[in-house]
Amino acid sequence: MSGSMRNLALWGAASAVLAFLLLPLLIVLVFAFDASSVQVWPIHSFSLKWFYATWADEEVRSALLVSLEVAGLATLLASVLGTLAAVGMNGLSSRAVQVGSFFLTLPIALPGVLTGIAMNSFFTALEIPFTMVTLVIAHTTFCTVVIYSNVMARLRRLPRSLLEAAQDMGATPFRGFASITLPLLSGSIVSGMLLAFALSFDEVIVSTFTSGSETTLPLWIFGAIRLGQHMPEVNVVVFAVVAVTLLPIILGQKLAASASRE
Amino acid sequence: MTDRRKLLGHLALLLPPFGWLTVFYLGSLFALLLSAFWQVDSMSGEILHEWTLDNFRILATDSTYRVIAERTIGIAVLVTITDIILAWPLAYVIARKVGPRMKLVLLVLVALPLWSSMLARIYSWRLILGHDGVLNWFLRTAGLPEQSFAFTNVALWIVFTYLWLPFMLMPLVSALERIPASLPDAAGDMGATPFQTFRTVIFPLAIPGMAAGSVFTFAVTLGEYVTPMLVGGAGSEFIGNVVYSNVGVSGNIPFAAAYSMILLVVVGAYMLLARRFGAFDGA
Repeated sequence: MSGSMRNLALWGAASAVLAFLLLPLLIVLVFAFDASSVQVWPIHSFSLKWFYATWADEEVRSALLVSLEVAGLATLLASVLGTLAAVGMNGLSSRAVQVGSFFLTLPIALPGVLTGIAMNSFFTALEIPFTMVTLVIAHTTFCTVVIYSNVMARLRRLPRSLLEAAQDMGATPFRGFASITLPLLSGSIVSGMLLAFALSFDEVIVSTFTSGSETTLPLWIFGAIRLGQHMPEVNVVVFAVVAVTLLPIILGQKLAASASRE
Repeated sequence: MTDRRKLLGHLALLLPPFGWLTVFYLGSLFALLLSAFWQVDSMSGEILHEWTLDNFRILATDSTYRVIAERTIGIAVLVTITDIILAWPLAYVIARKVGPRMKLVLLVLVALPLWSSMLARIYSWRLILGHDGVLNWFLRTAGLPEQSFAFTNVALWIVFTYLWLPFMLMPLVSALERIPASLPDAAGDMGATPFQTFRTVIFPLAIPGMAAGSVFTFAVTLGEYVTPMLVGGAGSEFIGNVVYSNVGVSGNIPFAAAYSMILLVVVGAYMLLARRFGAFDGA
């Protein structure tokens, strides 16, 4: 095979793989505008009517509220825990950082169903009923690592001299943290929070085991697809969820990019 | 004195996050371990805190559970291998064939699906593989015979491969990026054919990247139950599905806990294996 042929084959294969990654998402977005109530390709007529119908659906709305609440609370808690972990670990030996990172990553590194059943056994053994509280605890647990790794990446690039200068000038550790470290980290914390929010907003596996009677939006989608009910509404909700999760990602990427240029 | 104060400062900062993790996560894993040796009273459905190996005895003797475990692990391996094959051309292009601007664009495009809704991504394949779906329309238009992959293990394989491909792409790209251009150039100067250069220089240096990616693709596939429920068929049950139905339907948490132990053991063993291939050296 000549060099140019090889190049052509390489680019062809790469494009095909990229299409395999992206086309399904595109298809799912298009179906939200399908006027029909059964999913058949090609789509015959387009309409926004299912957007109105979905917005009017009480079940969808309450699921959306639960999801926003859980993701919001979990993100807030995780941002505090994740930032503390990163700042506390910064400056420790690399061995200690490795062990700490390993523990923080466990909740997302282990198979989801394992984390789910483990937390389920925990709350069951302690006779804690499954409510919004257990859901928030579970989500906080696996969101913390997202904030942690974002902040940690920023801290690694931050010159230590800044903090030391603050201490030399007589600032208490707390003052130094509040007036120097935190403002410098804010970009990475916010972009971490956006990613954590997206992660929580979309989570279904651990949620199933910790939600009790609460229905988050992903749990609603999961149930509806499984039972084959409300499919046109599923299309719309899926469209919205993709849009809602993509937005923070794109924003987060932008923030991270601008933070690294600072 | 200042050293001690510094250490106390670190501890004060680390206490909340690691306290949380210890109580809620390590506590959960501990509860899981205990639960596996408990049982459910068949009359009342209450969990009895009496030690028993019954759960493990059932798992060892009933071949249903062995078949399900073998299927879960088998498909996870198949998905990992397929993802390695699919990741190569795109990762190679991203790492070694495009400029920095194009590279950023492609990396964002690869990461996008990963961060967008998993359910949406699974659901999209119902729209593609269904009888009146996109794929059959395409095959009809092209004059080819129609497929009926929906609700089979083939669908499961395709969807898992699709879902976790970015997990393989990312580490492979960074492994390929780290290979200095001078190495393949030198091999070429010494008279190696492009294929020889690939086989003896590039591929071996990319093994840690593939190992790192495979930890993700293998572990997440192993711990799934959503995809088998949504695109799989009658013979597509995963370990996760047994766990799911034992928690939800029959309320037998001890049995579910015992079965999920297999996941812990297999993932643990796989991580040890992957570490030998340098999976965790890059991080």
